[in-house]
Amino acid sequence: MKTIHVATEVNGDNVEFVCAPDESLLDVLRNRLGLTGVKEGCGTGDCGACSVTLNGRLVCSCLVLGAEVEGATIGTIEGMARADVLHPLQQSFIDHAALQCGICTPGILVAAKALLDKNPDPTDTELRYWLAGNLCRCTGYDKIIHAVQDAAKKMRTV
Amino acid sequence: MRYAKPNTAAEASALLRQETGITRILAGGTDVMVQLKAGLVEPDLIVDIKHIGGLRDITPEAGGFRIGAAVSGAELGAHAGVVGLWPGVVEGFELIGSTQVQGRATMAGNLCNGSPAADSVPGLVAANAVARICGPSGERDCPIQDIPVAPGRISLAKGEFITSILLPGRPERSGDAYLRFIPRTEMDIAVAAAAVSLTLDKAGKVVAARVVLGAVAPTVKLVGPAADAILGTSLDDAALAALAAACSAACSPIDDKRGTIVFRTEVAGVLAKRAALIAYKRAGGQK
Repeated sequence: MKTIHVATEVNGDNVEFVCAPDESLLDVLRNRLGLTGVKEGCGTGDCGACSVTLNGRLVCSCLVLGAEVEGATIGTIEGMARADVLHPLQQSFIDHAALQCGICTPGILVAAKALLDKNPDPTDTELRYWLAGNLCRCTGYDKIIHAVQDAAKKMRTV
Repeated sequence: MRYAKPNTAAEASALLRQETGITRILAGGTDVMVQLKAGLVEPDLIVDIKHIGGLRDITPEAGGFRIGAAVSGAELGAHAGVVGLWPGVVEGFELIGSTQVQGRATMAGNLCNGSPAADSVPGLVAANAVARICGPSGERDCPIQDIPVAPGRISLAKGEFITSILLPGRPERSGDAYLRFIPRTEMDIAVAAAAVSLTLDKAGKVVAARVVLGAVAPTVKLVGPAADAILGTSLDDAALAALAAACSAACSPIDDKRGTIVFRTEVAGVLAKRAALIAYKRAGGQK
Protein backbone atom coordinates (compact mmCIF):
# COMPACT_ATOMS: atom_id res chain seq x y z
CA MET A 1 0.00 0.00 0.00
CA LYS A 2 1.47 3.32 -1.08
CA THR A 3 1.92 5.77 1.77
CA ILE A 4 0.80 9.38 1.51
CA HIS A 5 2.68 12.44 2.72
CA VAL A 6 0.48 15.01 4.44
CA ALA A 7 1.26 18.51 5.75
CA THR A 8 -1.26 19.99 8.16
CA GLU A 9 -1.63 22.16 11.26
CA VAL A 10 -2.38 20.65 14.66
CA ASN A 11 -2.99 22.88 17.69
CA GLY A 12 -1.23 25.75 15.94
CA ASP A 13 1.88 23.77 14.99
CA ASN A 14 2.81 22.82 11.44
CA VAL A 15 3.01 19.05 11.28
CA GLU A 16 3.96 16.55 8.59
CA PHE A 17 3.29 12.83 8.58
CA VAL A 18 3.10 9.84 6.29
CA CYS A 19 0.11 7.54 6.48
CA ALA A 20 -1.53 4.64 4.70
CA PRO A 21 -4.45 5.59 2.40
CA ASP A 22 -6.96 3.81 4.63
CA GLU A 23 -5.61 5.15 7.93
CA SER A 24 -8.02 7.27 9.97
CA LEU A 25 -7.13 10.69 11.33
CA LEU A 26 -7.69 9.18 14.78
CA ASP A 27 -4.93 6.60 14.19
CA VAL A 28 -2.65 9.26 12.72
CA LEU A 29 -3.11 11.56 15.74
CA ARG A 30 -2.55 8.80 18.27
CA ASN A 31 0.02 6.55 16.62
CA ARG A 32 2.02 8.88 14.40
CA LEU A 33 1.79 12.22 16.21
CA GLY A 34 1.61 10.92 19.80
CA LEU A 35 -1.56 12.87 20.60
CA THR A 36 -3.11 10.16 22.76
CA GLY A 37 -5.60 12.50 24.40
CA VAL A 38 -7.75 11.68 21.39
CA LYS A 39 -9.47 8.43 22.41
CA GLU A 40 -10.84 5.56 20.40
CA GLY A 41 -14.17 4.36 21.73
CA CYS A 42 -16.28 2.82 18.99
CA GLY A 43 -14.31 3.76 15.88
CA THR A 44 -17.59 4.21 13.99
CA GLY A 45 -18.71 7.75 14.86
CA ASP A 46 -21.18 6.81 17.60
CA CYS A 47 -19.38 7.71 20.84
CA GLY A 48 -17.54 10.98 20.22
CA ALA A 49 -14.44 10.04 22.26
CA CYS A 50 -12.27 10.91 19.25
CA SER A 51 -13.81 14.39 18.75
CA VAL A 52 -11.50 17.02 17.28
CA THR A 53 -12.08 20.20 15.33
CA LEU A 54 -11.26 20.12 11.62
CA ASN A 55 -11.13 23.57 10.02
CA GLY A 56 -13.21 24.79 12.97
CA ARG A 57 -15.90 22.09 12.68
CA LEU A 58 -16.44 19.46 15.35
CA VAL A 59 -15.93 16.00 13.81
CA CYS A 60 -15.17 12.43 14.84
CA SER A 61 -11.55 11.83 13.85
CA CYS A 62 -12.36 8.13 13.35
CA LEU A 63 -14.58 9.14 10.41
CA VAL A 64 -11.85 11.16 8.68
CA LEU A 65 -8.98 9.75 6.64
CA GLY A 66 -5.51 11.02 7.55
CA ALA A 67 -4.98 11.63 3.84
CA GLU A 68 -7.87 14.12 3.83
CA VAL A 69 -6.31 16.68 6.16
CA GLU A 70 -3.65 18.10 3.83
CA GLY A 71 -3.61 21.86 4.45
CA ALA A 72 -6.25 21.64 7.19
CA THR A 73 -6.34 23.10 10.70
CA ILE A 74 -6.93 20.55 13.46
CA GLY A 75 -7.63 21.14 17.14
CA THR A 76 -7.32 18.41 19.81
CA ILE A 77 -7.57 18.31 23.60
CA GLU A 78 -3.78 18.79 23.77
CA GLY A 79 -4.30 22.33 22.46
CA MET A 80 -6.79 23.38 25.13
CA ALA A 81 -4.67 24.29 28.14
CA ARG A 82 -2.30 27.25 27.95
CA ALA A 83 1.01 25.85 29.25
CA ASP A 84 0.31 25.00 32.90
CA VAL A 85 -3.02 26.80 33.04
CA LEU A 86 -6.04 24.61 32.39
CA HIS A 87 -8.85 25.83 30.20
CA PRO A 88 -11.87 26.89 32.31
CA LEU A 89 -13.77 23.85 31.01
CA GLN A 90 -11.01 21.50 32.13
CA GLN A 91 -10.85 23.13 35.58
CA SER A 92 -14.62 22.98 35.87
CA PHE A 93 -14.70 19.24 35.09
CA ILE A 94 -12.26 18.70 37.98
CA ASP A 95 -14.18 21.01 40.33
CA HIS A 96 -17.49 19.30 39.56
CA ALA A 97 -16.04 15.77 39.47
CA ALA A 98 -17.58 15.47 36.03
CA LEU A 99 -15.55 12.42 35.14
CA GLN A 100 -14.75 8.97 36.43
CA CYS A 101 -12.76 6.81 34.02
CA GLY A 102 -12.04 9.79 31.78
CA ILE A 103 -12.13 8.08 28.39
CA CYS A 104 -14.97 10.27 27.12
CA THR A 105 -13.66 13.45 28.77
CA PRO A 106 -11.25 14.79 26.10
CA GLY A 107 -13.93 14.44 23.43
CA ILE A 108 -16.55 16.11 25.62
CA LEU A 109 -14.21 18.99 26.43
CA VAL A 110 -13.39 19.56 22.75
CA ALA A 111 -17.09 19.35 21.85
CA ALA A 112 -18.18 21.67 24.68
CA LYS A 113 -15.54 24.23 23.73
CA ALA A 114 -16.73 24.12 20.11
CA LEU A 115 -20.25 24.97 21.30
CA LEU A 116 -19.18 27.75 23.69
CA ASP A 117 -17.01 29.30 20.96
CA LYS A 118 -20.14 29.94 18.89
CA ASN A 119 -22.75 30.13 21.65
CA PRO A 120 -21.33 31.36 24.98
CA ASP A 121 -24.68 31.02 26.77
CA PRO A 122 -26.43 27.79 25.70
CA THR A 123 -29.53 26.45 27.41
CA ASP A 124 -29.26 23.04 29.05
CA THR A 125 -31.34 21.62 26.19
CA GLU A 126 -29.05 23.09 23.54
CA LEU A 127 -26.07 21.73 25.42
CA ARG A 128 -27.56 18.25 25.79
CA TYR A 129 -28.43 18.03 22.08
CA TRP A 130 -24.99 19.34 21.13
CA LEU A 131 -23.33 16.68 23.30
CA ALA A 132 -25.70 13.87 22.26
CA GLY A 133 -22.88 12.35 20.21
CA ASN A 134 -20.55 12.15 23.20
CA LEU A 135 -21.32 9.05 25.22
CA CYS A 136 -20.29 8.68 28.86
CA ARG A 137 -20.86 5.31 30.47
CA CYS A 138 -19.90 6.05 34.06
CA THR A 139 -20.47 9.58 35.37
CA GLY A 140 -23.95 10.27 34.19
CA TYR A 141 -24.57 13.41 32.25
CA ASP A 142 -25.84 15.82 34.92
CA LYS A 143 -22.39 16.58 36.33
CA ILE A 144 -21.07 17.14 32.82
CA ILE A 145 -23.86 19.60 32.06
CA HIS A 146 -23.31 21.42 35.37
CA ALA A 147 -19.56 21.60 34.76
CA VAL A 148 -19.98 23.03 31.25
CA GLN A 149 -22.58 25.56 32.38
CA ASP A 150 -20.41 26.69 35.29
CA ALA A 151 -17.41 27.09 32.99
CA ALA A 152 -19.56 28.96 30.45
CA LYS A 153 -20.68 31.33 33.21
CA LYS A 154 -17.09 31.98 34.29
CA MET A 155 -15.98 32.44 30.68
CA ARG A 156 -18.72 35.02 30.12
CA THR A 157 -17.58 37.12 33.06
CA VAL A 158 -13.90 37.41 32.09
CA MET B 1 -6.36 0.88 -1.37
CA ARG B 2 -5.50 4.08 -3.22
CA TYR B 3 -6.73 7.57 -2.33
CA ALA B 4 -7.35 10.16 -5.05
CA LYS B 5 -8.48 13.77 -4.76
CA PRO B 6 -9.24 15.02 -8.26
CA ASN B 7 -9.80 18.72 -8.93
CA THR B 8 -12.45 18.31 -11.64
CA ALA B 9 -15.63 16.28 -11.95
CA ALA B 10 -14.48 14.87 -15.31
CA GLU B 11 -11.26 13.61 -13.73
CA ALA B 12 -13.22 12.02 -10.87
CA SER B 13 -15.56 10.30 -13.30
CA ALA B 14 -12.63 8.98 -15.36
CA LEU B 15 -10.94 7.60 -12.23
CA LEU B 16 -14.14 5.82 -11.19
CA ARG B 17 -14.75 4.45 -14.69
CA GLN B 18 -11.20 3.21 -15.26
CA GLU B 19 -10.87 1.42 -11.91
CA THR B 20 -11.55 -2.30 -12.38
CA GLY B 21 -11.78 -2.99 -8.64
CA ILE B 22 -14.13 -1.67 -5.97
CA THR B 23 -14.53 2.09 -5.75
CA ARG B 24 -16.03 4.36 -3.12
CA ILE B 25 -16.75 8.07 -3.32
CA LEU B 26 -15.70 10.06 -0.27
CA ALA B 27 -17.42 13.31 0.67
CA GLY B 28 -18.34 13.42 4.38
CA GLY B 29 -17.24 9.83 4.92
CA THR B 30 -19.77 9.19 7.67
CA ASP B 31 -21.01 6.02 5.95
CA VAL B 32 -17.91 5.03 3.95
CA MET B 33 -15.58 5.17 6.96
CA VAL B 34 -17.96 3.02 9.00
CA GLN B 35 -18.11 0.43 6.20
CA LEU B 36 -14.31 0.42 6.00
CA LYS B 37 -13.95 -0.02 9.75
CA ALA B 38 -16.51 -2.84 9.83
CA GLY B 39 -14.79 -4.59 6.93
CA LEU B 40 -18.02 -4.48 4.92
CA VAL B 41 -16.08 -3.17 1.95
CA GLU B 42 -12.41 -3.12 0.97
CA PRO B 43 -12.20 -0.51 -1.78
CA ASP B 44 -9.34 -0.50 -4.27
CA LEU B 45 -9.88 3.19 -4.90
CA ILE B 46 -11.35 6.00 -2.81
CA VAL B 47 -12.17 9.17 -4.73
CA ASP B 48 -12.39 12.24 -2.48
CA ILE B 49 -14.68 14.69 -4.30
CA LYS B 50 -14.26 17.61 -1.87
CA HIS B 51 -11.59 19.32 -3.99
CA ILE B 52 -13.76 19.57 -7.10
CA GLY B 53 -14.77 23.18 -7.79
CA GLY B 54 -18.25 24.11 -6.58
CA LEU B 55 -18.91 20.94 -4.61
CA ARG B 56 -18.79 22.75 -1.28
CA ASP B 57 -20.93 25.68 -2.48
CA ILE B 58 -24.57 26.64 -1.98
CA THR B 59 -25.58 28.74 -5.01
CA PRO B 60 -28.91 30.50 -5.69
CA GLU B 61 -30.44 29.18 -8.93
CA ALA B 62 -33.85 29.80 -10.51
CA GLY B 63 -35.43 30.91 -7.26
CA GLY B 64 -34.04 27.89 -5.42
CA PHE B 65 -30.61 26.68 -4.38
CA ARG B 66 -28.04 24.33 -5.85
CA ILE B 67 -26.40 22.41 -3.00
CA GLY B 68 -22.93 21.04 -3.76
CA ALA B 69 -22.53 17.32 -3.08
CA ALA B 70 -19.91 17.94 -0.40
CA VAL B 71 -21.89 20.52 1.62
CA SER B 72 -22.20 19.28 5.23
CA GLY B 73 -25.27 19.36 7.45
CA ALA B 74 -23.66 22.03 9.62
CA GLU B 75 -23.10 24.23 6.56
CA LEU B 76 -26.59 23.69 5.19
CA GLY B 77 -28.22 24.36 8.56
CA ALA B 78 -26.34 27.65 8.85
CA HIS B 79 -27.61 28.88 5.46
CA ALA B 80 -30.55 31.18 6.19
CA GLY B 81 -31.76 31.16 2.58
CA VAL B 82 -32.11 27.38 2.34
CA VAL B 83 -33.56 27.09 5.84
CA GLY B 84 -36.13 29.75 4.97
CA LEU B 85 -37.17 28.22 1.65
CA TRP B 86 -37.04 24.48 2.45
CA PRO B 87 -37.19 24.10 6.25
CA GLY B 88 -38.51 20.53 5.96
CA VAL B 89 -35.55 19.40 3.87
CA VAL B 90 -33.09 20.95 6.31
CA GLU B 91 -34.81 19.53 9.41
CA GLY B 92 -34.74 16.03 7.90
CA PHE B 93 -31.05 16.25 7.10
CA GLU B 94 -30.21 17.72 10.52
CA LEU B 95 -31.81 14.76 12.28
CA ILE B 96 -28.99 12.53 11.05
CA GLY B 97 -26.40 11.62 13.67
CA SER B 98 -24.62 13.82 16.16
CA THR B 99 -23.08 17.29 15.98
CA GLN B 100 -19.86 15.55 14.95
CA VAL B 101 -21.58 13.64 12.14
CA GLN B 102 -23.35 16.81 11.00
CA GLY B 103 -19.93 18.44 10.67
CA ARG B 104 -19.18 16.07 7.78
CA ALA B 105 -22.29 14.29 6.51
CA THR B 106 -23.77 15.29 3.14
CA MET B 107 -27.27 14.96 1.63
CA ALA B 108 -25.88 13.40 -1.55
CA GLY B 109 -24.07 10.82 0.59
CA ASN B 110 -27.20 10.06 2.57
CA LEU B 111 -29.03 9.53 -0.73
CA CYS B 112 -26.31 7.37 -2.30
CA ASN B 113 -25.92 5.19 0.79
CA GLY B 114 -29.30 3.82 -0.27
CA SER B 115 -30.87 3.29 3.15
CA PRO B 116 -34.68 3.03 3.07
CA ALA B 117 -34.60 5.02 6.34
CA ALA B 118 -32.38 7.85 5.06
CA ASP B 119 -33.70 10.94 6.85
CA SER B 120 -32.87 13.51 4.16
CA VAL B 121 -34.42 11.64 1.24
CA PRO B 122 -38.21 11.95 1.86
CA GLY B 123 -37.88 15.73 2.19
CA LEU B 124 -35.83 15.94 -1.02
CA VAL B 125 -38.42 13.88 -2.93
CA ALA B 126 -41.25 15.99 -1.50
CA ALA B 127 -39.35 19.08 -2.65
CA ASN B 128 -39.11 17.73 -6.21
CA ALA B 129 -35.33 18.07 -5.89
CA VAL B 130 -33.11 17.02 -8.77
CA ALA B 131 -29.64 15.51 -8.59
CA ARG B 132 -27.02 16.56 -11.11
CA ILE B 133 -24.91 13.58 -12.04
CA CYS B 134 -21.51 13.64 -13.69
CA GLY B 135 -20.58 10.56 -15.70
CA PRO B 136 -18.61 9.23 -18.65
CA SER B 137 -21.02 10.81 -21.14
CA GLY B 138 -21.18 14.18 -19.42
CA GLU B 139 -23.78 15.64 -17.09
CA ARG B 140 -27.38 14.57 -16.60
CA ASP B 141 -30.15 15.57 -14.21
CA CYS B 142 -32.20 12.97 -12.37
CA PRO B 143 -35.17 13.39 -9.96
CA ILE B 144 -34.22 12.23 -6.46
CA GLN B 145 -36.95 9.55 -6.34
CA ASP B 146 -35.35 7.74 -9.31
CA ILE B 147 -32.01 7.28 -7.55
CA PRO B 148 -32.70 4.65 -4.84
CA VAL B 149 -33.72 1.29 -6.38
CA ALA B 150 -33.43 -1.11 -3.42
CA PRO B 151 -31.91 -1.13 0.08
CA GLY B 152 -28.25 -0.22 -0.42
CA ARG B 153 -28.60 0.08 -4.21
CA ILE B 154 -28.91 3.15 -6.41
CA SER B 155 -29.46 3.74 -10.12
CA LEU B 156 -26.14 5.45 -10.87
CA ALA B 157 -23.94 3.69 -13.45
CA LYS B 158 -20.22 3.02 -13.18
CA GLY B 159 -18.26 6.24 -13.43
CA GLU B 160 -21.23 8.35 -12.33
CA PHE B 161 -21.50 10.39 -9.16
CA ILE B 162 -23.68 13.24 -7.87
CA THR B 163 -22.10 16.68 -8.03
CA SER B 164 -25.03 18.72 -6.68
CA ILE B 165 -28.69 18.68 -5.71
CA LEU B 166 -31.06 21.41 -6.90
CA LEU B 167 -33.73 22.49 -4.45
CA PRO B 168 -36.12 24.30 -6.79
CA GLY B 169 -37.80 27.63 -6.27
CA ARG B 170 -41.35 27.48 -4.99
CA PRO B 171 -44.50 29.60 -5.19
CA GLU B 172 -45.66 31.89 -2.43
CA ARG B 173 -47.63 30.27 0.39
CA SER B 174 -45.60 27.06 0.30
CA GLY B 175 -44.27 25.03 3.22
CA ASP B 176 -42.70 21.67 3.95
CA ALA B 177 -42.00 19.50 6.99
CA TYR B 178 -40.42 16.18 7.94
CA LEU B 179 -41.14 13.98 10.93
CA ARG B 180 -39.79 10.58 11.92
CA PHE B 181 -40.50 8.17 14.73
CA ILE B 182 -37.59 6.89 16.80
CA PRO B 183 -37.79 5.26 20.24
CA ARG B 184 -35.46 7.88 21.75
CA THR B 185 -34.94 11.61 21.28
CA GLU B 186 -31.71 11.76 19.28
CA MET B 187 -29.08 9.69 17.45
CA ASP B 188 -31.28 6.96 16.02
CA ILE B 189 -32.60 5.59 12.71
CA ALA B 190 -36.16 6.24 11.56
CA VAL B 191 -38.68 3.46 12.25
CA ALA B 192 -41.17 5.34 10.07
CA ALA B 193 -41.01 8.81 8.54
CA ALA B 194 -43.04 11.25 6.48
CA ALA B 195 -42.32 14.42 4.52
CA VAL B 196 -44.99 16.76 3.17
CA SER B 197 -44.55 19.74 0.87
CA LEU B 198 -47.56 21.84 -0.07
CA THR B 199 -48.69 25.11 -1.60
CA LEU B 200 -51.84 27.00 -0.60
CA ASP B 201 -54.08 29.43 -2.42
CA LYS B 202 -55.13 32.75 -0.86
CA ALA B 203 -58.09 31.09 0.83
CA GLY B 204 -55.83 28.54 2.53
CA LYS B 205 -56.80 25.59 0.33
CA VAL B 206 -54.08 23.17 -0.77
CA VAL B 207 -53.39 23.62 -4.49
CA ALA B 208 -50.27 21.43 -4.76
CA ALA B 209 -48.91 18.70 -2.50
CA ARG B 210 -46.31 15.97 -2.39
CA VAL B 211 -46.40 13.36 0.36
CA VAL B 212 -43.44 11.03 0.81
CA LEU B 213 -42.80 8.18 3.27
CA GLY B 214 -39.49 6.81 4.55
CA ALA B 215 -38.54 3.54 6.28
CA VAL B 216 -41.80 1.78 5.37
CA ALA B 217 -40.80 0.29 1.99
CA PRO B 218 -37.59 -0.88 0.25
CA THR B 219 -37.11 2.66 -1.03
CA VAL B 220 -38.52 6.09 -0.30
CA LYS B 221 -42.19 6.20 -1.33
CA LEU B 222 -43.94 9.09 -3.12
CA VAL B 223 -47.63 8.59 -2.32
CA GLY B 224 -49.80 10.18 -5.03
CA PRO B 225 -53.17 9.22 -3.47
CA ALA B 226 -52.09 10.85 -0.18
CA ALA B 227 -51.44 14.14 -1.97
CA ASP B 228 -54.78 13.81 -3.80
CA ALA B 229 -56.51 13.36 -0.43
CA ILE B 230 -55.59 16.87 0.69
CA LEU B 231 -55.82 18.77 -2.60
CA GLY B 232 -58.55 21.39 -2.52
CA THR B 233 -58.94 21.10 1.26
CA SER B 234 -57.88 23.22 4.23
CA LEU B 235 -56.66 20.07 6.02
CA ASP B 236 -59.96 19.45 7.77
CA ASP B 237 -60.26 16.28 9.83
CA ALA B 238 -61.74 14.25 6.98
CA ALA B 239 -58.93 15.24 4.61
CA LEU B 240 -56.32 14.40 7.23
CA ALA B 241 -57.94 11.02 7.89
CA ALA B 242 -57.94 10.29 4.15
CA LEU B 243 -54.29 11.37 3.96
CA ALA B 244 -53.33 9.01 6.79
CA ALA B 245 -55.29 6.14 5.27
CA ALA B 246 -53.64 6.64 1.87
CA CYS B 247 -50.20 6.66 3.51
CA SER B 248 -50.86 3.51 5.53
CA ALA B 249 -52.16 1.80 2.38
CA ALA B 250 -48.90 2.62 0.58
CA CYS B 251 -46.67 1.02 3.25
CA SER B 252 -44.86 -2.28 2.67
CA PRO B 253 -42.49 -2.29 5.64
CA ILE B 254 -40.38 -5.00 7.22
CA ASP B 255 -40.91 -6.49 10.66
CA ASP B 256 -37.85 -6.14 12.84
CA LYS B 257 -36.77 -5.44 16.40
CA ARG B 258 -37.12 -1.71 15.79
CA GLY B 259 -40.75 -1.80 14.66
CA THR B 260 -43.42 -4.20 13.53
CA ILE B 261 -45.26 -4.04 10.21
CA VAL B 262 -48.48 -3.07 12.00
CA PHE B 263 -46.78 -0.32 14.00
CA ARG B 264 -44.89 1.17 11.06
CA THR B 265 -48.00 1.14 8.86
CA GLU B 266 -50.06 2.97 11.47
CA VAL B 267 -47.37 5.45 12.48
CA ALA B 268 -46.54 6.43 8.89
CA GLY B 269 -50.10 7.76 8.52
CA VAL B 270 -49.97 9.61 11.84
CA LEU B 271 -46.63 11.22 10.98
CA ALA B 272 -47.92 12.29 7.55
CA LYS B 273 -50.90 14.01 9.20
CA ARG B 274 -48.70 15.86 11.68
CA ALA B 275 -46.13 16.80 9.02
CA ALA B 276 -48.94 18.10 6.79
CA LEU B 277 -50.17 20.35 9.61
CA ILE B 278 -46.67 21.74 10.19
CA ALA B 279 -46.17 22.33 6.45
CA TYR B 280 -49.60 24.00 6.31
CA LYS B 281 -48.67 26.39 9.10
CA ARG B 282 -45.30 27.15 7.48
CA ALA B 283 -47.14 27.93 4.24
CA GLY B 284 -49.09 30.57 6.16
CA GLY B 285 -52.28 28.57 6.59
CA GLN B 286 -54.42 29.32 9.66
CA LYS B 287 -55.88 26.44 11.66
